[in-house]
Amino acid sequence: MESLIKIENIVKRYDMGAEELYALKNVSFEINKNEYVAIMGPSGSGKSTLMNIIGCLDTPTSGTYILNGKDVSEMDDNELAHIRNKEIGFVFQTFNLLARSNALHNVELPLVYAGISKNERIKIAEDALASVGLEDRMKHKPNELSGGQRQRVAIARALVNNPSLILADEPTGNLDTKTGEEIMALLADLNSKGNTIIIVTHEKDIAKHARRIIKIRDGLIADDTTKPLKGEI
Amino acid sequence: MLIIEIFKLSLNTLRTNKLRAILTLSGIVIGVFSIIAIMTALSALQSGIESGLSQLGSNTFQVQKFPAVNIGGPMNAKYRNRPDITYEQGVKLMEKATTYKYMALEYWKSGKVFKHGQFATNPNMGICGTTPDWTYTNDYYVKDGRFLSEKEIQSSADVCIIGLEVVEKLFPKSNPIGKKILLDNRDFIVIGVFEPKGESFGQSLDNIAIVPITKMLEIYGRRESLNISVQASSKDNYFETVENVTSVLRVIRGVRPGDENNFEIYSNESLISSVNSFTQYFKYGAGFISFIALLAAGIGIMNIMLVSVTERTKEIGIRKAIGARSSNILTQFLVEAIILSQVGGVIGIILGVLSGNLLGIYLQASVVIPVDWVIIGLVSCTMVGIIFGVYPAYKAAKLNPIDALRYE
Repeated sequence: MESLIKIENIVKRYDMGAEELYALKNVSFEINKNEYVAIMGPSGSGKSTLMNIIGCLDTPTSGTYILNGKDVSEMDDNELAHIRNKEIGFVFQTFNLLARSNALHNVELPLVYAGISKNERIKIAEDALASVGLEDRMKHKPNELSGGQRQRVAIARALVNNPSLILADEPTGNLDTKTGEEIMALLADLNSKGNTIIIVTHEKDIAKHARRIIKIRDGLIADDTTKPLKGEI
Repeated sequence: MLIIEIFKLSLNTLRTNKLRAILTLSGIVIGVFSIIAIMTALSALQSGIESGLSQLGSNTFQVQKFPAVNIGGPMNAKYRNRPDITYEQGVKLMEKATTYKYMALEYWKSGKVFKHGQFATNPNMGICGTTPDWTYTNDYYVKDGRFLSEKEIQSSADVCIIGLEVVEKLFPKSNPIGKKILLDNRDFIVIGVFEPKGESFGQSLDNIAIVPITKMLEIYGRRESLNISVQASSKDNYFETVENVTSVLRVIRGVRPGDENNFEIYSNESLISSVNSFTQYFKYGAGFISFIALLAAGIGIMNIMLVSVTERTKEIGIRKAIGARSSNILTQFLVEAIILSQVGGVIGIILGVLSGNLLGIYLQASVVIPVDWVIIGLVSCTMVGIIFGVYPAYKAAKLNPIDALRYE
């Protein structure tokens, strides 16, 4: 299996005046392409910090992070922006869509920053929206869509740059159980089509959709279990 | 990311916040409007003054006791204490000066009533006692009849030449030539009528009667200083003529060598330049006030951009998370500030040029577009946009995406 993420001895330290706070004490793991991983942990465990580092929103204090063959742990802000644009698709708990823009424009946005031409952009964004079943909602603004539809728009936006990793932070946290299941099914479907997915959650029910569960506690990996495939053992 | 994309983005943002955008740019509108309106009105006025001053004949200058434009308060003692320019001095000047082509002495009285039979004019008529060259130096033409002769000057004849307005008031249906007319209650015979001359600074130039200067001195006495108008034969010997007239008049008036002239010489050109130096002060004042207005407007833009950055923290976080660079965010907010100030500037310029010209038209000046001030206006608006937009844009660009995403 080809490695997508290689994290080695990652430490994240915050200097709070005189006190030093270690959000991540020493974390190492690898994630291969096309894996479906859940990162679990209670609040304060360091899972959000880990997610920010995996998502290239933050850099570790020490340690190395290789994403898709590139060492991103030493990159500057502009290089990280480029990596986020090309390699990572974010799905957030609160959807984080631009309220004043319609679904199509929201999905188009990563392509704008990637410097893709208008016509091409619209075509790709329309395809992405169609792939999440929203072909007839493209001109709707977020407040004209249901929660589930908004999360689908967000997933379409995450997919649109064809990233090597989809990073979902509590993707069902603001949805009812049924809609949540639909979103999880959509993510599972994306995984089956070859996408690498990491979800960050504290809900066991959600985490169980993933084949591999990494549990974080007090800035360390407490558990890392991969369910056997059916028919294995 | 192309600048065009950013431009569209900024425009869209402003469009979704119309009221706020309009209020913000109205500050700029007012600042630019005030400067452009004042500059346009001044330019219109100036060109009006210039065309008004061209009423004097070409290559012509005037000699008089007081300066034509007196900046800085009332006529001061320096001018009042000068001896009057007398008829005898004028006659001597005509004899002794050599290079001039035409020269006329003038003795003006205004606010007079002219009468003929039951007809009377308003008390806003001017009488001028003068000499035969006056039509040339003042650029008047006799339409019917003739002008004063040398003989009539010497004999102090009761004859006059009248302007069109006088004709219209006193002779609505008859030919005035040869008729008797009362000028300030004294009898005169009309020997000529001028072609209409129009107006200068809103004042009619056709409400006049011209009489022999000798008659004028007889009636009104000798206690006032005369004007002398002189025309050079061509542009080339204009300055030579000024020199000659000045030096001859100095001798006649007994000015010692090295002393200052005790009379003033002015021409169209010198009048225009003194008017220009006068309007210059207005321009500095208006420029300074508008600068303060633009400064206030700029602070308004900065304020609203800071509010906007705070309000849109989440949007900035989202944009950064999906790959916007700091420079993209910086440009987006900077372009917004520049658009605000530019749109305000353009509206201010249009309103300013319009109302400046309306004022100009009201003051009977011609329509002008002060291109230099339009350019200055646009440039200073851009500067305001950049100067006051940079800090909020920088603040937006420097936001940490994690904190920005968490912002509610």
